[in-house]
Amino acid sequence: MLYREALNKAYDETMAKDENIVTLGEDVGRYGGSYRVTEGLYEKYGEKRVIDTPIAELSIVGNAVGMAIGGLRPVAEIMTANFALLAFDQIINHMSKLRYMSNGKLTLPMVVRFPQGVSRQLAAQHSESYEQMLCAVPGLKVLAASDVNYAYHALKHAIMSDDPFIFIEHELLYNKKGEVDTSSVIDPFKAQIRKEGEDITIISYLKMVDDVMLAVERIEKELDCTCEVIDLCSLNPIDYETLQTSIEKSSRVVMVEEDHKTGGFGAQVVAWIAEELFYALDAPPFRIAGADVPIPYNRHLELLSIPTPDSIAAQIIEWGRKNDV
Amino acid sequence: MDKLLAKEIYYEMFLGRAFEYAAKEYYMQGNISGFLHLDIGQEALSVASMKAFAKGDVFSTYREHVMAIARGIEPKYVMAELFAKADGVSGGKGGSMHLFDPSHFFYGGDAIVGGHIPNAVGCAYARAYQGSEEGVMVVFGDGATNGGAFFESLNIAATQKLPLLFLCENNEYAIGTHITRTAPFREQAKKAEPFMLTMSCDGMDAQAVYKSVSKAKDLIEKGHGPVFLEAFTCRFEGHSMSDANAYRSSLEMKHCKNKDPLPHFKKRLQEKWLCSEEEITALEQKAQSVIEEAVEFAKNANEPEDKALYEHIFVEA
Ligand SMILES: Cc1ncc(C[n+]2csc(CCOP(=O)(O)OP(=O)(O)O)c2C)c(N)n1
Ligand SMILES: [Mg+2]
Repeated sequence: MLYREALNKAYDETMAKDENIVTLGEDVGRYGGSYRVTEGLYEKYGEKRVIDTPIAELSIVGNAVGMAIGGLRPVAEIMTANFALLAFDQIINHMSKLRYMSNGKLTLPMVVRFPQGVSRQLAAQHSESYEQMLCAVPGLKVLAASDVNYAYHALKHAIMSDDPFIFIEHELLYNKKGEVDTSSVIDPFKAQIRKEGEDITIISYLKMVDDVMLAVERIEKELDCTCEVIDLCSLNPIDYETLQTSIEKSSRVVMVEEDHKTGGFGAQVVAWIAEELFYALDAPPFRIAGADVPIPYNRHLELLSIPTPDSIAAQIIEWGRKNDV
Repeated sequence: MDKLLAKEIYYEMFLGRAFEYAAKEYYMQGNISGFLHLDIGQEALSVASMKAFAKGDVFSTYREHVMAIARGIEPKYVMAELFAKADGVSGGKGGSMHLFDPSHFFYGGDAIVGGHIPNAVGCAYARAYQGSEEGVMVVFGDGATNGGAFFESLNIAATQKLPLLFLCENNEYAIGTHITRTAPFREQAKKAEPFMLTMSCDGMDAQAVYKSVSKAKDLIEKGHGPVFLEAFTCRFEGHSMSDANAYRSSLEMKHCKNKDPLPHFKKRLQEKWLCSEEEITALEQKAQSVIEEAVEFAKNANEPEDKALYEHIFVEA
């Protein structure tokens, strides 16, 4: 099954069970979604539950907030993270705060989903990542789906939960293949160990997990060590417990993210490690992240602006040699 | 419109279309990547509006190659941009959706739907402040008129009586969704009516576009305040190269292509301005060879250097 099909399955199964679930966004209905995540839902559930909206992101999220107040369970799709910026007032001032400001009298069972990140030469207004801003806002649960099984279970959880969720996807993951295991439910807030190892803990999330996995063999060979690869999955809250167990074992940690380095999400993770696990470390924590530049169109420059399997391997090998791995 | 101008408009429409077909071809061959939005079918609107608004500032969208060329930016620099080369108008860092050239008063090239409309309002304010004789034109699609940025701009431009021409290219679609499914009416000028003078024209007819834009330009520059002009048009291809155009029936496409602006204008050249077949063929051949040269230029142009990644973020290092 493809990643986008797993998301579609999560929609379909939850919508079939609860008719309060509606979805809204640009081209999500008759067109089937620009990344085909909502394909077939319009035909199956009708235009009252699968709503084609105007190009008006502020209203997409704002209306979803009102729908949730009114007793529905809306799932809003924003076509690309950069367009979600138009809805940041609604996300930050309304979606994240209404429950708290009302002393718990309001409940907002809603999800805002969007893909983000560098795809292929979509240039500066279509390539950015915003988890760092969204995770800095108390009142939002933020999930980042890097694989097919997690995408299915986590989206289902988010749709059925009574809390407001931001659900982050990546443009290059929609056609990723994998299996969905329906025999057991997974905890969407738990980080997943994608590969076990002893000497270096590599923390990542979303598409960078795949790039780290591609880099690992070379790193292990050149440094003669083993790496443990952790996929955070939930960015807010963060599963610090899983990180702690791994870092206490390895005593070395690398954080890999696609986003611009300054103010990036990994800074929070590394700050926590420095505060809490300083004495468990045998080397300074190392961050690999995107360059602090808008994303350029030219393919070569675009790849220079973000971590790639090659650059991840090269940087970790150099860091490892300097730090006696 | 005299014969000379009519020939120029025909030449540029033909040039624009040849450019778009070349872009399509080289996208399929992998020389061009990212999102590529073709303007095929809408050339009358793109070319005639730029000719009528030859002086003054223009803000446009991601579907802007033909406008950029009609504005005077040489096709080779536009093609080189699509090929992501350092010699492209945006140094290979912008791509198809982000063509900018202040020397031709062309400010993109914006790919956030509606996001450039407030920028055009600000520029119109600057021109009014400076006492300039020229106004500003902002071009956007029917889909953009559903957004807050558009409505806020109508209000501000009208309140401040700014020299701004709102040009709406109504091709009835925002990607795969028909405008009547996201707005209560087909004519988007109705949204502007409470704020300003509205006009409409056949966007498939270069002469009609030229006439309407000229009239609107005259009004905004004579202190009348902003004008909203809606041009009805039709795109012949999918929204972008990633869109299969499956939501439009072959009948709808046939109807659309019957209004093809090129053969219509060519006929008028022959009947009204008595252009000979040879004259027209000469224009078409010239356009073809300009595009071939543009492709050659783009192929051989320089790649940006690595240091370009960090250049042009700020004025001062
Ligand atoms: C704020 C924002 N939301 C969504 C998009 C994705 N998008 C790009 S073009 C487009 C349709 C625009 O339609 P219209 O304004 O009619 O222009 P046309 O493409 O028909 O020329 C959409 C939804 C975007 N670029 N920006
Ligand atoms: Mg349109």
